[in-house]
Amino acid sequence: MRTRFFTVIAAAGALLGGAIAIGQTMPQPSAPTVQSPPPGAQQPAAPGADPGQLVVDVTGGRRAPMPIAIPYMPTPAATGTAAGNTDALGRQVADIIANNLRNSGLFSPIGPAGLPGVAFPQVTAPDFAAFAGTGAQALVQGFVQANGDGTLTVGCYLYDVASRGELARQGFVVQPAQWRRAAHKCSDVIYTRLTGEGPYFDTRIVYVSETGPARNRVKRLAIMDQDGANHRFLTNGQATVLTPRFAPNQQTIVYMSYENNRPRVYVYDVGSGRARPLVAEPYMTFAPQFSPDGRWIIFSMAVNGNTDIYRVPASGGRPQRLTNSPGIDDGGSFSPDGRQIVFESDRGGTQQLYVMNADGSNQRRISFGPGRYGTPAWSPRGDLIAFTRISGSFRIGVMAPDGSNERILSNGPLDEGPTWAPNGRVIMFSRGNGQIWSVDITGMAMRRVPTPLGASDPSWSPLRD
Amino acid sequence: MKKKMTGVALAAIVVLTAGCAHRRAEDLPPPPPSSMTPDQGADLGEGSVGNAVVPGSRADFLQSVSSDRVFFDTDSYTLDARARAVLDAQAQWLNAHPNVRVTIEGHCDERGTREYNLALGDRRANAVRDYLQSRGVSPARMQTISWGKERPAVDGHDENAWAQNRRAVTVVPE
Repeated sequence: MRTRFFTVIAAAGALLGGAIAIGQTMPQPSAPTVQSPPPGAQQPAAPGADPGQLVVDVTGGRRAPMPIAIPYMPTPAATGTAAGNTDALGRQVADIIANNLRNSGLFSPIGPAGLPGVAFPQVTAPDFAAFAGTGAQALVQGFVQANGDGTLTVGCYLYDVASRGELARQGFVVQPAQWRRAAHKCSDVIYTRLTGEGPYFDTRIVYVSETGPARNRVKRLAIMDQDGANHRFLTNGQATVLTPRFAPNQQTIVYMSYENNRPRVYVYDVGSGRARPLVAEPYMTFAPQFSPDGRWIIFSMAVNGNTDIYRVPASGGRPQRLTNSPGIDDGGSFSPDGRQIVFESDRGGTQQLYVMNADGSNQRRISFGPGRYGTPAWSPRGDLIAFTRISGSFRIGVMAPDGSNERILSNGPLDEGPTWAPNGRVIMFSRGNGQIWSVDITGMAMRRVPTPLGASDPSWSPLRD
Repeated sequence: MKKKMTGVALAAIVVLTAGCAHRRAEDLPPPPPSSMTPDQGADLGEGSVGNAVVPGSRADFLQSVSSDRVFFDTDSYTLDARARAVLDAQAQWLNAHPNVRVTIEGHCDERGTREYNLALGDRRANAVRDYLQSRGVSPARMQTISWGKERPAVDGHDENAWAQNRRAVTVVPE
């Protein structure tokens, strides 16, 4: 499954008609652009490196989305490939990038349709005058090239229209079947360079696809790219399945299935399509979640009416109990450093959020607002915990790990089960009408995530490597 | 949590409740049509031979008890007096058919989050199992399963629908 992605600055230069010298004479990317900000950092990229004055305000709603021109990407030679002609791929890559950036809510893409055509040599020598009139502040150009070995190269360039400077460039060599990933990687280069936020477009969603009446709903595991492409089903619907979650390695998914009318957590290998029960205990197990290092799986087990949280090595073994209250303890989610777990419990009378150390010690309540709180999900950035607040309606919200600074992001009526994009900036969740939606942590960019059928229980993958 | 009872008390209760299989179906929410509970497949023909109901069959159970299900308040797994009366009749039938194994399904309405409702449904199923055990039914004969909010008995998003969906159902094999 691993695909080669590497920078091909030199190759891109060579491809550009030989008119441009390779290597040292090619301007280097002006700044390292794909490193994640430290936990808690939300400020835009440091505008120090010239010509990197262009930054997107990500703090929420103070500025309009940045206008960015994304013309169709040319090809040095129209070539038929397993993924289609490189000429058509150049147009599709531009469409994918524009769609990604628009969905983030932080950009207002211009084009690709209606923009001036870009000739291949112009990829590294943009006709800025042609784009200045569009109102665009930034310009994305690139190319798609078929290589002799059957691979594709997608070149990706970002320019500041006003200063006429190059802000970033990166090339991606992919197998034809993976061509959309190159478009997502290019989107991530642009997004990270202009916002200072971590990348998240080259990711997948595993979720529960739903059909049929509520009283006899058929639920199947399904997986797709974050933009809805490359959709496929993982289970056949004979057994009801719930709450899939990715392992950090993305090759493993844990979920709950009613196989043989015994509701249990299963560990599913994406490569082989095989699933095994997580533990052998004769009780319902559910609410699984991996530790950030992938070594542990925490889950809940209901023993004679009492539900507690347990942990077990991801490779299997004897469950170790972490909670022992007589109430319901479930829905655990690790902090990104793996040291703490946020979970829900009704030990105090109603469903509320609690935090404990990863060994079960130091359990303490963190939610104190009106109503009940459930389904906590710790941000991969560490700074926030997303949750469902139940107070008449179900709403998605975020709070600091100490319970402070609560903000409600969604407008219900039955929104539930948040999952984080790997950059800790975007949340996806289930809506009661059988849809999944996403929203920015500032409450902006609320949108439906396209799925072919009904959908629930999304889980966002880590960034693909 | 479990209500352990002495053998003497159990015997007394069994005697006291014998012959109390009164039917009060009209007091209860209407049962769902058969298509709503495919696992149970309320096709009475399976347990029938000609017009006779086979003793110990699902058809026999459904004819003999006031209801196959009990209902709960929001977020609660407490058995109220009406629920206990239903379960008393179920226990009586089960004690008269000691070879029958049952599955007790716990269900919730939609007004809880998915995983919490799985735990709540488990509590409800176990509350019924514990009560039936206190009425003399061996726990070895009873299996529980929680469906959370995954299998509502009725459609709808109002108080009436929610009330019918907060339930535990005793399922006798066909």
